[in-house]
Amino acid sequence: MITIDRKKHRKRELTEKIIEKIFLVAASISVISVLIITLFIFAKGAPAIGIVGVKEFLLGQDWEPMADIFGILPMILASFYATVGAILIGVPVGILTAVFLAEIAPIWLQRIVRPAVELLAGIPSVIYGFFGLLVIVPIIDEQFGGGGNSLLAAIFILGVMILPTIVTISETAIKAVPREYKEGSLALGTSHIETIFKVILPAAKSGVLAAVILGIGRAIGETMAVILVIGNTVQIPNSLLDRARTLTANIAIEMGYAFGLHQQVLFATGVVLFVFIMSLNLLLNHFTHKAGDK
Amino acid sequence: MAVYDNNKNRRRYKDNLIKASIFLSAFLTVAILVWILGYVVFHGIGEIDTAFLTTEPSGDEGGVWPMILTTLYMIILAIGISAPIGILSAIYLVEYAKPGRILRVIRFATESLAGIPSIIFGLFGMIFFVVYLKMGWCILSGAITLSIMVLPTIIRTTEEALKSVPMAYREGSLGLGATKLRTIWKCVLPSAIPGILTSVILSIGRVVGETAAVYLTAGMAPYIPKSAFESGRTLAVHLYLLAKEGISFEKAFATATVLIMIILVINILANMVGRQLNKINKV
Repeated sequence: MITIDRKKHRKRELTEKIIEKIFLVAASISVISVLIITLFIFAKGAPAIGIVGVKEFLLGQDWEPMADIFGILPMILASFYATVGAILIGVPVGILTAVFLAEIAPIWLQRIVRPAVELLAGIPSVIYGFFGLLVIVPIIDEQFGGGGNSLLAAIFILGVMILPTIVTISETAIKAVPREYKEGSLALGTSHIETIFKVILPAAKSGVLAAVILGIGRAIGETMAVILVIGNTVQIPNSLLDRARTLTANIAIEMGYAFGLHQQVLFATGVVLFVFIMSLNLLLNHFTHKAGDK
Repeated sequence: MAVYDNNKNRRRYKDNLIKASIFLSAFLTVAILVWILGYVVFHGIGEIDTAFLTTEPSGDEGGVWPMILTTLYMIILAIGISAPIGILSAIYLVEYAKPGRILRVIRFATESLAGIPSIIFGLFGMIFFVVYLKMGWCILSGAITLSIMVLPTIIRTTEEALKSVPMAYREGSLGLGATKLRTIWKCVLPSAIPGILTSVILSIGRVVGETAAVYLTAGMAPYIPKSAFESGRTLAVHLYLLAKEGISFEKAFATATVLIMIILVINILANMVGRQLNKINKV
């Protein structure tokens, strides 16, 4: 009797062990995915950078796939300008909306604004692009001329698209600030607004920064919405009304028909994007860990 | 005294100015949403009829039946792959993993996956599944690529759900002599179901809306797919092509409206399930 029980017990222990290993295998799939993605993007793209030449590739101003001339500086700058512009629009509006939700709005207003932000996050990027193409582009064309397909249109759409990210994460950060900070500040005779801007927001700094970094990541990685509104001409944009082409747009537009070196160079464009995003991730990791330690 | 009053007035003026900009920001956020949804639905709702929903497209005529089917297959396959993996991962991270290197590495990988832009997933899916594994442009290639993409969403939301299950449940179950596995299976998971459902619903939203990654891995054949090994075109890709090529803006509006309806339903569902979760945890 006892021996049977022991056998049963041992068998049960073994099952538990095996299943724990299955859980571990599942959990390592994310790690394996990141590794394989990195490996394949680099394996396909890095040699092309070697063939074209690092300097010619990153600083070259001409993109003529037919003539095997591959310079992506115009795309790097377009991505950079579009992202900076989106941040300039999205960050102030986003942080203020987060302050509104966390500190100012009565519950009934929170019940309107919060679902609205969630819905903004859920709208597919292609719908943003479609809206931009049919509404924002014509408005820009009417107001400033030049056709409307422009860096400015992309900046506007991206600014809206990063809003939910900025709002949600900043709000969480603001709410995580200990009550005592606020109470202490108010007790010293400051107004609510002063307390928010001089005490609460500085205390929520790491979280808000994380929100901004995630916003940058979203803006720089966005593809379809940008393609529909930015005009996609390869040129270094000199004004907000110029057409431009971002790194992501370059990949998506030409991948359909590229082959040989041209295709490899598009993967190399992906490598540049990837390196940038991964640096952002490391930066983000740094900030979130700092926030977690406190 | 006069100086003090002056200062006080200036302070109040500044406060009111800032308060106004806070209200304005919140208003803008809601207004832009209403503007986008209103504009698209207003122009699109009249174009939708049963014919549009049940026929195949031909040029600028016809409907979106094949796209609805492809989107559906994509959801079932992508979620079917990523939900089990994501949920098991979350269980490992919350219930088994001890703080240390393994946990840090997995966490970093999940965060990185969440940050990778969809176009990179598209490139990867194309070079790995389509070319390297010789699967070709097909729904399955797209679905596996998407399943990796939504993995972080599922893991993170499920983790939150598991963490919100009170420790006392586990202690009670273990105290009664149940094994760890049985405790997780019978005690922890049932209490976390609404949270897990939310994660699945959110992921469905991402699968439905994704364009760049799908376009590079599943292709864009506008036909009813006979199997997962055929190329297909999802609603989002269809909308992209209609808008980009300027084929038919009426059809584009209608397609966009269908997409928005799906996203609306998904958001409402997620909210309902989320409320259920709050109720359970309060008890």
